Amino acid sequence: MTIMKPENEAALAEMVKTAQGPIRIFGGGTRDIGGPTEGEVLSVAGLSGVSLYEPGALTLVAQAGTPVAEIESVLAAESQRLAFEPMDHRALLGTSGTPTIGGVVAANVSGPRRIQVGACRDSLLGVRFVDGQGRILKNGGRVMKNVTGYDLVKLMAGSWGTLGVLSEVSLKVQAVPEASACVLLYGLEETAAVDAMSAALGSPYDISGAAHAPIGIDGHSATMIRIEGLEASVAYRVEKLKALFAGAGAEIHVERAPQNVAAGWSWVRDVALMQGGSGDVWRLSVKPSDAPGLVARLREEHPDIKVLYDWGGGLVWIETPAGRDLRTTGFAGHATLIRASEETRRTLRTFHPEPTPIAAITKGLRARFDPRGIFNPGLMG
Amino acid sequence: MEMPVPDQSVIDRKAHIVAQLRAVLPADAVIDDEAETRAYECDALTAYRCPPLAAVLPSSTEEVSAVLKICHREGVPVVPRGAGTSLAGGALPTADSVILGVARMNEVLETDYDNRFIRVQTGRTNLSVSGAVEENDFFYAPDPSSQLACAIAGNIAMNSGGAHCLKYGVTTNNLMGVTMVMMDGEIVEIGGAHLDSGGLDLLGLICGSEGQLGVVTEATLRILRKPEGARPVLMGFDNNEVAGQCVSDIIKAGILPVAIEFMDRPCIRATEAFAGAGYPDCEALLIVEVEGSEEEIAAQLDRIIAIARTHNPVELRESASAEESAKIWLGRKSAFGAMGQINDYMCLDGTIPVSQLPFVLRRIGEMSKEYGLDVGNVFHAGDGNMHPLILFDANKPGDLELCEAFGADILKLCVEVGGCLTGEHGVGIEKRDLMVDQYAPEDLEIQMAVKDIFDPKWLLNPAKVFPLASSDTRRMAAE
Repeated sequence: MTIMKPENEAALAEMVKTAQGPIRIFGGGTRDIGGPTEGEVLSVAGLSGVSLYEPGALTLVAQAGTPVAEIESVLAAESQRLAFEPMDHRALLGTSGTPTIGGVVAANVSGPRRIQVGACRDSLLGVRFVDGQGRILKNGGRVMKNVTGYDLVKLMAGSWGTLGVLSEVSLKVQAVPEASACVLLYGLEETAAVDAMSAALGSPYDISGAAHAPIGIDGHSATMIRIEGLEASVAYRVEKLKALFAGAGAEIHVERAPQNVAAGWSWVRDVALMQGGSGDVWRLSVKPSDAPGLVARLREEHPDIKVLYDWGGGLVWIETPAGRDLRTTGFAGHATLIRASEETRRTLRTFHPEPTPIAAITKGLRARFDPRGIFNPGLMG
Repeated sequence: MEMPVPDQSVIDRKAHIVAQLRAVLPADAVIDDEAETRAYECDALTAYRCPPLAAVLPSSTEEVSAVLKICHREGVPVVPRGAGTSLAGGALPTADSVILGVARMNEVLETDYDNRFIRVQTGRTNLSVSGAVEENDFFYAPDPSSQLACAIAGNIAMNSGGAHCLKYGVTTNNLMGVTMVMMDGEIVEIGGAHLDSGGLDLLGLICGSEGQLGVVTEATLRILRKPEGARPVLMGFDNNEVAGQCVSDIIKAGILPVAIEFMDRPCIRATEAFAGAGYPDCEALLIVEVEGSEEEIAAQLDRIIAIARTHNPVELRESASAEESAKIWLGRKSAFGAMGQINDYMCLDGTIPVSQLPFVLRRIGEMSKEYGLDVGNVFHAGDGNMHPLILFDANKPGDLELCEAFGADILKLCVEVGGCLTGEHGVGIEKRDLMVDQYAPEDLEIQMAVKDIFDPKWLLNPAKVFPLASSDTRRMAAE
């Protein structure tokens, strides 16, 4: 199999323009999510490198194929980071390769800090991409506030390559706070855990992570509340949160060692609980207070499902027996099938079905951005 | 500012169109009397005026749908209007258009503190959204300076920001879902009480689309718990460059103030004369505000003041009380009024990379001399969103045109240094013709192709955002 591997944006545009058939767009190939696609592989790994970084303006511009690790190390040298904490899908999906920033953007990958700082799309300031006709297009820029014309930046984030091949992205970055802490509540059942997370998120204490594992790292129910900031401020908020949870009926423990706080949140971010398993993995986006009831209904049918709540309960990871369609369990929100066999992905579809008028808009947009329908056909349905 | 020639065939059918609108709306919700339609002839960009064919004030999503179905069938352009506070002419009508005002739709539909959202009809004013959750110590974060008057509908259309968006983001970062009526009357739901819907991010696309893709009638907005307290520090510098460097150093130090505001000497002098806030007479002034508990505020201000001292400030004034905080903010908040006291002014809204602040301020000063028009700068420095205020005399022939040319040059400069034409006010008609300076023809083409999908007949607010020459074929084909 030949792989198209342009070394710059102009070559990328030329390859798209002259493509004779469908194209599967690859960053690092670590996020094998979506409907199975046919077509010639186009790797953007050759478009690599940080082209601009202004720590004092909190902005970074990088070619789409730049490894996430490279960006993280460039940022770390200035004590900065990607605020939205993108998940690494490799262990969960059993993939190998090098995650790229273009892949992160194309899949709008966000982590636990989503509840505080927004998703990947909220940190994305600008894009350059090549559309289905091989035109090099741009939208947004590298400034924090920009309402000049339509916001195609948001549209490109999470479009999974179906609208264009990203060539460059600009991102707003964040300073790494000097201190962090994780307040752990042991022993809460799920409704009480979501209530506790809601109380924390509804407090003035600026929570940067709120997750609950019915079976945590050490096998017990654990609710995790993260706070970050100046040392004096973190210490103050830890005490306030302990007081807030005093009546919750949980055993309270405070983790202050930075490496332990980081490890705990990587465990949540990368859904370690479901790594190496054989079931299907679903990602449900729901109203937080709906989550425990939904899980309880699923347990009536499948008592052994694995569950992880993030985003204060608004994001629920569920591992189910293969082939079970979670969408038949009625709920308000969205269910995305993240890990499943090709066969299951074909029959159940990865993305939540859209209402007719929305599906028509989606179809119309794709037809305008990619008139020949060559980009990742079938991936989003 | 050129506007398209109105469609005479629509104007000729006015009675027929109004009769149909009356059939689906209460009698007092259709305004077609020429004296009364004048109330809708402009928004806050008052230099341009044109009464619409008619104005309608529906009270529900269903009524909006009924109105749009009629206008769609009759080929009548529709200009959606929130509270009419647009500085960019976003709600400026044409003589053949119907103004669709959402002012009567101002109900709170649902408040949910556990899940931290509020659902409102979009005619509700920005400040009254916060007002609805204030008793529980929550607030809605985006705070455009027109927040007392401006409607959520307009905030969504323009993706409005405000002084505190450095920490909390702009409208698009706080919008969770919408109920929107398409031009053909179809009602769609996008997003909701959950985060990050699967599929394409249509919510992100709609926010900031200036009323050209649909009419948003209901919105689900993220609400936040109020911080325990907030306190500003004021610092004066004898040099813009040093003030700019100080902003950069604060940001780099990992402190996230909720606001960093910047004023230059012309603006400081004008506000002093107007409001007497006790500002020092210096080249550049920063107001930096932080939030948290008393201890947290003190810890952050200590850091910020230590950074400021390394830049030899001519003044450093930490607020010690609510009264002192109010006094520090007084001048900033009256800056526009103060400039307006001197003369008519035009307020620009370009955004630049923070690192370019000193250069851009210097160039604006030079251009001010070349044009012979005074400029004051007051802006959100943390995110580079500038608000140069150009003073002119509306009664002096040619002065408005001179001011517009100067403004265009400033905005082109913003684009040249890596910034953009508008950070929070929107394009409207005001910056429409400058879009070619920021975008290549194909960049505009793909944006217009998006409108084709939502509004194939180009009836929704058609003369905005895109240069008339670029959108010509599409608007003509639709007629």
